[in-house]
Amino acid sequence: MNIVVCVKQVPDTATERKLRSDDKTLDRDAADGVVNELDEYAVEEALRLKEAHGGEVTVLTMGPDKASETIRKALAMGADKAVHLVDDALHGSDALGTSYALAQTLKKIGFDLVVLGSESTDARTGVLAAMLAERLGVPQLTFANKVEVNGTSIAIQRVTDYGYDKVEAVLPAVVSVVEKINEPRYPSFKGIMAAKKKPVEKLGVADAEIDVAQVGLAGSWSEVADFAAAPPRAAGTVVKDEGDGGVKAADFLASKKFV
Amino acid sequence: MDDLLRIDDALSEEQRLIRDTVKEFVSDRVLPHVGDWFEDASFPARELAPALGELGVLGMHLEGYGCAGLDAVAYGVACRELEAGDSGLRSFVSVQGSLAMFPIWKYGSAEQKEEWLPRMASGEAIGCFGLTEPDHGSDPAGMRTHAKQDPSGDWILNGAKMWITNGSIADVAVVWAQTEEGIRGFVVPTDTPGFSAPEIHKKMSLRASVTSSLYFDDVRLPAAAVLPGVRGLKGPLSCLSEARFGILWGVVGAARACLESAVDYSRSRVQFDRPIGGFQLTQEKLAWMYVGLGQSQLTALHLGRLKDAGSITPRQISFGKLANVRAALDIARQARTVLGGNGITLEYPVIRHMNNLESVLTYEGTQEIHTLVLGEALTGIPAYR
Repeated sequence: MNIVVCVKQVPDTATERKLRSDDKTLDRDAADGVVNELDEYAVEEALRLKEAHGGEVTVLTMGPDKASETIRKALAMGADKAVHLVDDALHGSDALGTSYALAQTLKKIGFDLVVLGSESTDARTGVLAAMLAERLGVPQLTFANKVEVNGTSIAIQRVTDYGYDKVEAVLPAVVSVVEKINEPRYPSFKGIMAAKKKPVEKLGVADAEIDVAQVGLAGSWSEVADFAAAPPRAAGTVVKDEGDGGVKAADFLASKKFV
Repeated sequence: MDDLLRIDDALSEEQRLIRDTVKEFVSDRVLPHVGDWFEDASFPARELAPALGELGVLGMHLEGYGCAGLDAVAYGVACRELEAGDSGLRSFVSVQGSLAMFPIWKYGSAEQKEEWLPRMASGEAIGCFGLTEPDHGSDPAGMRTHAKQDPSGDWILNGAKMWITNGSIADVAVVWAQTEEGIRGFVVPTDTPGFSAPEIHKKMSLRASVTSSLYFDDVRLPAAAVLPGVRGLKGPLSCLSEARFGILWGVVGAARACLESAVDYSRSRVQFDRPIGGFQLTQEKLAWMYVGLGQSQLTALHLGRLKDAGSITPRQISFGKLANVRAALDIARQARTVLGGNGITLEYPVIRHMNNLESVLTYEGTQEIHTLVLGEALTGIPAYR
């Protein structure tokens, strides 16, 4: 089975994240880049599927040169090879543009199964899996907390508010995973040393036959109109319990529409 | 906390990945529990060893036999991140990799290597290192533990060792003993009759670490138990150079953890209506801790590069061990004062690191001996006796 895992480099959630004042895109130099956490679960799931069914795991990243660190981590965890889609023309692409660029690349490199995290910790749109599947004309199986492959059929448990749905499809397909699906492995030191020697193919927009009019800031259908720093946290309200603490707590929750 | 000097930018992508992996492991598996381990004077070696083995931490700087073969800087960075968790954890790893596996790897027979190294790399077997004795610490040449060959060729080992990390939990001990042909190393399975290793209690430092005495009462070993590749004190001293290199990196992690804790605390602790980090006295403490940390980090990186170039000398390692442990202890003590009363509880990492570093200052060459090494380097006059 030819599995492609899409991973994204995001700014470390433990640090302060900033937008650039010039083009209102994410300031990627302001914070250390890390692998989007949900994508680590995607890598783990892809590795487990490979271990169970054989095949190959390819990492696909779209991002600046710095994103090679993210590729290296996925390779160190055990992926076999990587494709790095890197081109200045891609800078500022929104979800629609990103899904187009990734879909073009996936058509070029081929796949039986695409696995990715259900959202990224930076933009948090959570729509990429659906957009990718639509652009590729394959089934989408999203928010999976369990994946089973049997020959050419695939079944997942799709997490919902009320429990889960069972969703089945035929490969090729796109699967997005949630964090309950597994416990990602640490890259081992041997894996880290071996990752150096694994092939990483760099593709530009021309290599992937990407129409530059559909990507980048100019090609995006959504834009950041304005942004401001989060206001400092206001002081909390202190409620004194004078025998009516329970009522006051309930009133507070009701005022916030929690009850 | 900002890496102001951007020292880690000098690391390769692999070295950074090793840093991040160990950091994540320590944050997941060690930091939530280490305060309790310290309080209970326990170290869950049997649970941690296989996990550390899977990661590739045990014997990480050795080649072959299931070891990862890291360069010296990567080995140092890993030690730094382990000791940011606890000096006891880093000690466990140092003893396993640099003191027990290294002599077998470097001086052992093919059979000894095959028997022990893969199991020690995976964490299935735990090792310890017996050099220090109750009456011979800084002066190991005077050791009284001795081994004698009987007519059958077997070695008969007698004596005692002290302050042996991992002693009571070890499957194998590398023991140094006097013989008729000088000091030799022996690979001693700890289930050999006559071997015992009672744990040393009532420690106020390295409590999340097992420390023991070793006793050898007519321990009979086959002729093949001796390490064939080395004779004399240079055998154990070469192991100590390996381990000290890990220490001079490791303590940077302990120091960083203390400074981070102090900075966080100073920003949130309010006295006289403002965070104590806004007071000049506190800022002076923090600034000097930052300077000390940066300097020791630079020392570690420089020595790592010398080691990778193959040119590092024992004197340079003495410099690093002396300078960096002292700096770390100063930082820990200053951090303790910033945290005030909270600085003495295990809710914060500071007192734990501070107490641990008292051991680190003394073990693997006391600060006094390393001082004399540098004194001799400067004057040409040895002042040891």
